[in-house]
Amino acid sequence: MPVDVRLPTVLRSQAGGQSTVSLDASTIGEVLSGLVAQYPGMSGQLLNDDGTLHRFVNVYVNDDDVRYLSALDTPVKDGDEVSILPAVAGG
Amino acid sequence: MLRLSKDLYLQMVAHCITGLPDEACGLLAGDTASGEAGVCYPTKNAAASAKLYLVDSKDMLRADRDAEDHGLAIMGVFHSHTHTDAYPSPTDINQAPDPDWHYVLVSLRDTHPVVRSYRIVDGRVTEESVVVLAHTRQAG
Repeated sequence: MPVDVRLPTVLRSQAGGQSTVSLDASTIGEVLSGLVAQYPGMSGQLLNDDGTLHRFVNVYVNDDDVRYLSALDTPVKDGDEVSILPAVAGG
Repeated sequence: MLRLSKDLYLQMVAHCITGLPDEACGLLAGDTASGEAGVCYPTKNAAASAKLYLVDSKDMLRADRDAEDHGLAIMGVFHSHTHTDAYPSPTDINQAPDPDWHYVLVSLRDTHPVVRSYRIVDGRVTEESVVVLAHTRQAG
């Protein structure tokens, strides 16, 4: 299923300046591993060593934060918009 | 340099005071390069803590989309320190998400709020001046 993935500003330079990339995936996990396969430099910013979602990244399918759905197992279908934004935190 | 209208400045400080006793946070949108902030998005602190803040993820998405609809970009984040100075903590420095952003600290430790702004690049903190403009600017 082709899905559009909106990249956060901080990762766009690694995708040749593109703000949106299109790739084939059926789950959020496949979206992220697809991104990393195409742009290996993004790996450390999107995923932990154990393959789970990095805590300082938010991933959304349309309007929903995948952490409230099925995280990396969240399904994506044709035409869904996946958005990746920083999880902004401090103290 | 960070430039913002007095309305935006007051909105930011009011949100921080309203958030007490916890830290409050929000996003600024505008032109990253020029440092002119046009819109303030007060956001929920999902950490609900007097020591930590986490911009609620739904508020983040809403702000990002609204900024884009108005031809602006998210260009910074503000948050309050309830008992410490308006200077980025080690946590703030380690977790700064974007080297192009402006990082605004609002200290509520004294009677009057203190607002200071910084750039954080590769762990290095540089203070910048905050200029409050007399006139209200409309977004878009």
